Amino acid sequence: MKINYCDALVIGGGLAGLRAGVAAQKKGLSTIVLSLVPVKRSHSAAAQGGMQASLGNSKMSDGDNEDLHFADTVKGSDWGCDQDVARMFVHTAPKAIRELASWGVPWTRVREGSREAVINAKKTTITEDADRHGLIMSRDFGGTKKWRTCYTADATGHTMLFGVANEALKHDVDIRDRKEALSLIHEDGRCYGSIVRDLITGELEAYVAKGTCIATGGYGRVFKQTTNAVICEGIGAAIALETGVATLGNMEAVQFHPTPIVPSGILLTEGCRGDGGILRDVDGHRFMPDYEPEKKELASRDVVSRRMIEHIRNGKGVPSPYGDHIWLDISILGREHIEKNLRDVQEICQIFNGIDPADEGKKGWAPVLPMQHYSMGGIRTKPTGESQNLSGLFACGEAACWDMHGFNRLGGNSVSETVVAGMIIGNYFADYCLANDVTIPTATVQKALDKQDAYLDEILAYNGTEDIFRIKNRMQNLMDQKVGIFRDGTGLAEAVDELEELLKKTKQINVKSKERVGNPELEEAYRVPRMLKVALCVAKGGRERTESRGAHYREDYLKRDDANWLNRTLTSWPSEDDTQPTVTYEDLDIMTMEMPPAFRGYGAKGMIIENELSAKRQEEVDTLKEKMEAEGKDRHEIQDALMPFSLPMNYKEKNERAGDK
Amino acid sequence: MSVEKGREITISVLKFNPRSAVSKPHYVDYKLEETPGMTLFIALMKIREEYDPDLSFDFVCRAGICGSCGMVVNGKPALACRTLIANYPEGKLTLLPMPAFELIKDLSVNTGKWMDAMSKRVESWIVDNGEETDIAKMEERVDPDIADQTFELDRCIECGICVASCGTMLMRPNFVGPVGMNRVARFEVDPHDKRTAEDFYELIGDDDGIFGCMSLLACEDHCPKHLPLQNKIAYLRRKLVALR
Ligand SMILES: Cc1cc2nc3c(=O)[nH]c(=O)nc-3n(C[C@H](O)[C@H](O)[C@H](O)COP(=O)(O)OP(=O)(O)OC[C@H]3O[C@@H](n4cnc5c(N)ncnc54)[C@H](O)[C@@H]3O)c2cc1C
Ligand code: SF4
Ligand code: FES
Repeated sequence: MKINYCDALVIGGGLAGLRAGVAAQKKGLSTIVLSLVPVKRSHSAAAQGGMQASLGNSKMSDGDNEDLHFADTVKGSDWGCDQDVARMFVHTAPKAIRELASWGVPWTRVREGSREAVINAKKTTITEDADRHGLIMSRDFGGTKKWRTCYTADATGHTMLFGVANEALKHDVDIRDRKEALSLIHEDGRCYGSIVRDLITGELEAYVAKGTCIATGGYGRVFKQTTNAVICEGIGAAIALETGVATLGNMEAVQFHPTPIVPSGILLTEGCRGDGGILRDVDGHRFMPDYEPEKKELASRDVVSRRMIEHIRNGKGVPSPYGDHIWLDISILGREHIEKNLRDVQEICQIFNGIDPADEGKKGWAPVLPMQHYSMGGIRTKPTGESQNLSGLFACGEAACWDMHGFNRLGGNSVSETVVAGMIIGNYFADYCLANDVTIPTATVQKALDKQDAYLDEILAYNGTEDIFRIKNRMQNLMDQKVGIFRDGTGLAEAVDELEELLKKTKQINVKSKERVGNPELEEAYRVPRMLKVALCVAKGGRERTESRGAHYREDYLKRDDANWLNRTLTSWPSEDDTQPTVTYEDLDIMTMEMPPAFRGYGAKGMIIENELSAKRQEEVDTLKEKMEAEGKDRHEIQDALMPFSLPMNYKEKNERAGDK
Repeated sequence: MSVEKGREITISVLKFNPRSAVSKPHYVDYKLEETPGMTLFIALMKIREEYDPDLSFDFVCRAGICGSCGMVVNGKPALACRTLIANYPEGKLTLLPMPAFELIKDLSVNTGKWMDAMSKRVESWIVDNGEETDIAKMEERVDPDIADQTFELDRCIECGICVASCGTMLMRPNFVGPVGMNRVARFEVDPHDKRTAEDFYELIGDDDGIFGCMSLLACEDHCPKHLPLQNKIAYLRRKLVALR
């Protein structure tokens, strides 16, 4: 048995994993980062639109600060988030972006003078002050009070990922790609590393570490129609679930994005709408103002997605061989703007659909339809990023339910989360590794490895009639149809039943080639059962949650129910023989919230079943604020009195801003 | 999507597993029906699911963003996920793994390993004067034009297509490749990087670097991100030659 020892093991080399790896390595720990693919090819590379950080540099973001970013994030989450974590996040985001700038991410910068922009479909002139020239620029995104999304044209994820990956190389983080984690090594409630398969040689190895951090991204590929890369299969979450100890949080909270292009599902960034692009129906009519007069195309993603489907259901979709769709029109931004700031979008339209979106009129409209986009759920952690139940296991990035997104995440808050969580959780993780030794007997490691070895042999020996690819396709279609944007009790119950059946069928397959190396079908055969477990957590959590909150929308329970459902869903898999997850809940405590639940600002009012504590806490908050303001306290002191939070390193320091008085 | 429906196409793939004692390189033809908008990503996934589950290839983003899927299509290296079958009127596509990289199996090559070595070799990161940046303070100002110029060179996705198209690569296995030189050009523009021309000379001032390039232009012709590789190589060469 080959055992690789290190201090800190990070599974996943996207933005979150790499940044956490740098944090651990910088604290003097020997750090290994594992990844399915070369890390610069991670899904993070695909992020286009940008990263939220309240710098307040440019005209349209002047006056921005942590408080506004916090309020937007909490509202965006439909009050499902952990407000402590949201505070930690908004306070660190400006530092994260400045660190990235110093690592070479070529952020688009403010240019003094006037420029034309399209706001609410009208040409508007914005004039930037000379004293802001050369500072980091930002653009508009849905659900934010200020223009807060910083960007590098529409390749933000790419430049960020290369910046962080290069920095990891500079610090000699040991990065190993084409390595797949198959299970976690754990004993007596503590995690000691992972059993890993080399995807080139097929060899199984053990990685033993003082602490393990999972940063394997989201689980979008349990759906068929998704913007996610093909490697976003949720295996990191699945192996945590399979420990039987760690739990997953809010797995039913799945975000659908309004504007992937039809049929390929490749995303056209929210920046399209942020920069002024609009949605049109079969008649060319701009319909969003009819539904959301205030925010229009820039309402939250869940809202826009639902409105689009609603409009299609009203008979206003554009018919096509792939079903009805909506048009996205960015031609109104002008060719020059598109060719500079939305070049990748233009290229995607040209290459995959033969359309030039800069062409004026209908010719340039791109067919779009909401599809799965982001996994708010993931490995449930404490604010330090450590699993609530399995000590030594940490998680960050999209793989985690840390939980600053609650039931809906705002555009630009995810790549921001990855680096911010990489900084915060990475440092807590490193501290854990510094404080704890490895005490596991080799025999336990051997047992964990033998188990995976035997499992692969078992798969190759299956002699049934089912086909693993068909099972996967069936799962994905089922998730689209019954666990999608609109959900109801009947459909969800059917989904749970059928997913359970599919899980059983994964043992009745026949893998054609019996090779242990270079056998893609074998890889599917061990991944799909894990994906099915993740899918079951999503469907069952959704079935039980009889309310609508954020992206989780139940047609049979239209209201957000704070009286009964202001809680987080936890799913676990206590026994290997189980064929369904166990669902429990974790309450959110209104009386410690800085921002007690209220109306979110979209859709019809009165769609909330109030919790009586909300008004009580609001009164407390108002009284305290009033009193402290009268005493001349500043916003930081007031915030601290309302809901104190802590951060590692010197991240608690105040963020300097150009607009500081 | 101006493709006629239902045309029969043939995809011919070189299969070989260097890790198997019995495998020999051989072509396998797959015949399938073209669907509207079909890319090589869609076609190869279909082949794997319906005809040959043993076929190895690499896709991640399937959107031309991550650089995973470089392969040689009818003699030219290209990103398979952005290759539309409709652009091949004869309906026959022959696929080979990219040369210059270690073969993993069939169409899968180890570009990641090559790129990591390249990144380390040209020290593909910001080299500053060693002072920690105080991230609670305002960021350093950068002229918007310089930021744009840096970004333009930072768009390389490390797909390796320029390397696979490069004549010098065939003769000099240690050649840093167009991608490596682009990387140097990128850091040379970036005001955060404090390296001088002399420092860059140390890294690439030899025949395995900037002076090895034969200016055959294939790298730039094939680069899916349209990076100005030849311009930048010429610029660096002039700059570094002036030093000695
Ligand atoms: C098309 C698109 C556009 C987006 N645009 C934006 C945007 O503009 N702004 C924004 O804020 N967010 C955006 N997002 C969301 C954001 O990109 C992701 O949430 C974020 O990048 C996730 O980063 P991560 O580090 O958590 O995971 P990833 O980048 O997904 O990385 C996961 C890593 O884990 C590895 N891995 C997975 N499983 C295993 C295993 N079993 N063993 C070993 N390694 C494993 C993978 O190889 C990879 O290295 C976008 C998402 C999509 C789909
Ligand atoms: S320079 Fe172009 S061809 Fe070469 S690796 Fe980068 S993107 Fe690919
Ligand atoms: S799969 Fe990402 S570039 Fe082709």
